[in-house]
Amino acid sequence: MTLTVNDLRVHYRTLRGEVRALDGVGFDLADGEILGLAGESGCGKTTLGKSLIRLDGRMRHVGGTVTLDGDELPLSDDRAMNAYRFHKISLVPQYSMSALNPTRRIGRMIRELLASRGVTVDTDELHRRLALVGLERDVLDRYPIELSGGMKQRAVMVISTLLDPSVLIADEVTSALDVSNQQAVVGALTGLRDKGLVTSMIFVTHDLGLTSHIADSIMVMYAGKLAEKAPTRTLTTEPRHPYTKMLIGSLPQVGARYKDKPLSGIEGSPPSLLNPPLGCRFRDRCPLADARCAEEPPVVEIAPRHSVACWKAA
Amino acid sequence: MLTLDRVTKTFRAGAFGGGSTTAVDRVSFEAAPGELVSLIGESGSGKSTIGRMVLGLTRASSGSLTLDGEQVRPGKDFYRRVQGVFQDPFSCYNPVFKADRVFALVRRAYHPGVPDKEWADRVEKAVRDVRLDPGQVLGRYPHQLSGGQLQRLLIARALLLDLRFLVADEITSMLDASTRIDVLNLLAGLKERGLGVLYITHDLSLGTYLAERTVVLRNGRVVERGDTQKVFGNPLHPYTRTLLAAVPRLNEPWTSAEPVEVCAFHEGGAPDTDLYETEPDHFVACAGLPDCGRTSA
Ligand SMILES: Nc1ncnc2c1ncn2[C@@H]1O[C@H](COP(=O)(O)OP(=O)(O)OP(=O)(O)O)[C@@H](O)[C@H]1O
Ligand SMILES: Nc1ncnc2c1ncn2[C@@H]1O[C@H](COP(=O)(O)OP(=O)(O)OP(=O)(O)O)[C@@H](O)[C@H]1O
Ligand code: SF4
Ligand SMILES: [Mg+2]
Ligand SMILES: [Mg+2]
Ligand SMILES: [Zn+2]
Repeated sequence: MTLTVNDLRVHYRTLRGEVRALDGVGFDLADGEILGLAGESGCGKTTLGKSLIRLDGRMRHVGGTVTLDGDELPLSDDRAMNAYRFHKISLVPQYSMSALNPTRRIGRMIRELLASRGVTVDTDELHRRLALVGLERDVLDRYPIELSGGMKQRAVMVISTLLDPSVLIADEVTSALDVSNQQAVVGALTGLRDKGLVTSMIFVTHDLGLTSHIADSIMVMYAGKLAEKAPTRTLTTEPRHPYTKMLIGSLPQVGARYKDKPLSGIEGSPPSLLNPPLGCRFRDRCPLADARCAEEPPVVEIAPRHSVACWKAA
Repeated sequence: MLTLDRVTKTFRAGAFGGGSTTAVDRVSFEAAPGELVSLIGESGSGKSTIGRMVLGLTRASSGSLTLDGEQVRPGKDFYRRVQGVFQDPFSCYNPVFKADRVFALVRRAYHPGVPDKEWADRVEKAVRDVRLDPGQVLGRYPHQLSGGQLQRLLIARALLLDLRFLVADEITSMLDASTRIDVLNLLAGLKERGLGVLYITHDLSLGTYLAERTVVLRNGRVVERGDTQKVFGNPLHPYTRTLLAAVPRLNEPWTSAEPVEVCAFHEGGAPDTDLYETEPDHFVACAGLPDCGRTSA
């Protein structure tokens, strides 16, 4: 299995113009690979995940291609995408905990969902999968309101992986969880991969510490574009893009206190994606910016499997 | 001052008909003005249920919750002083209205006298304070904003009220490291002006950053609480130790904690209360170890 995303551009239509949320992103996902996806809130992570599953009415596929095992995905053709959705590519959406139908017990919801895809539930397998994420069977008899945030999150994860997709996109699945459940979910996800139930994974999270423990490689996006992608160890120990460096630099030391020394984030905010400025999108916040950065930096492979979009990194 | 005294919440759970779940079991703690108390514990341990009781959104089955000496009683006057920002921002927006309607509602309910221009300025300032660009987020529908953007709009909304107390349920959990620090520094500023905060989180890496006090919850019960420096610096309950050891750190192995040999509660002479004060402002519950005189229920 290989997924190849090439210069993908997906914009949102709004009354005020197009929001260029995904503006030329390319990468490969290899067989068995877990790719961590990180970046500032609003940089396009969820948009990337949605683009590989279903474009909603406001999303427009402006350019680029996505190829799965040599087949180009018909991104703009909602019906043709049905052949891929859930079976080949599945998504655990961000905030999926609020997407559960409040009038249905979890078990019935799963049966109905699978029936709509022409599959019947293998109860034993379902129980095994629940156990894998640390849920009791009795959640099947409960309504969503009766579960805590983290329990709902795990239930959706089980649902999304029941059909053993080749590619699983997990959007912030651990963000609502405490550390012990994070360990359980990460263990479950790697377990699904190791057992071959899911071939490869895109693991979206803002938590770089956690990503570093599950991902084989990490991709960092900034304002709709790729900033840097590298094997996990390389990215976390020798980042080359100024944004990646600053993001890693803003991770707190455990035990830090405001009273002793306030931490600081990265000054400023990302540019508007409605009419983004030309040139490097990190320019206004970048300590290394100079005249050349008014021109857009290309993505350059500076070492095997290590790509960076910055004039100063090459 | 927020005071919880032996607060309990029991749900009649749907599972198998008649069962019931005690989501919160005799929890007591206080949060003074200008103080941030963080509430940590695993998924399902009752954190959000406590937050909802503090906000008067659900009633305690027993025990008392008071704010400045008065029982928590939901109503307009109460919500002028106390507000919550929730774990799941989508549920706080009505999808058919623009997201910034949450600001208009605040104005209508609490600041009807403020002139248009001044109100617009206040909204803009609050939006900038949470590191958002007003031009990018105002006038949009909820589905047009990212998760972190929606969550920050709710924080901005809380900033527009003259709050005395804020319940913040996992408000930074969907934010990247840099934005998270900005939001926390903002809370620090509000705290200095006297705001009390109940900060529900599972993110322990920032646990010591702002919190004066920490309450560790498990299965609805407090296992350890007190001065944050003491709880984090010298965790006594095996559960607290496991939690702290399990924080994922960049470029370090992800470990589980080593088991604890003695139960600080029973070593201290097994008092009759639920929690034993091992040092000033540091309380711990029975660890339920095999040699314990009794096990914590
Ligand atoms: N339906 C929409 N219409 C217009 N703009 C949108 C829409 N959905 C998202 N956006 C914008 O596109 C950008 C990318 O959003 P996206 O949800 O992909 O971000 P994200 O990286 O997942 O952020 P977060 O970490 O906060 O979840 C944001 O600036 C957002 O405001
Ligand atoms: N309305 C309800 N009816 C029945 N049970 C409920 C209800 N609300 C919560 N519970 C149960 O109470 C317990 C505590 O839930 P709560 O939402 O307070 O947990 P939490 O600590 O906030 O967890 P998380 O970190 O996952 O958000 C859970 O076992 C949950 O199933
Ligand atoms: S291209 Fe220029 S502005 Fe952009 S990250 Fe590199 S040095 Fe900074
Ligand atoms: Mg997102
Ligand atoms: Mg909760
Ligand atoms: Zn004991």
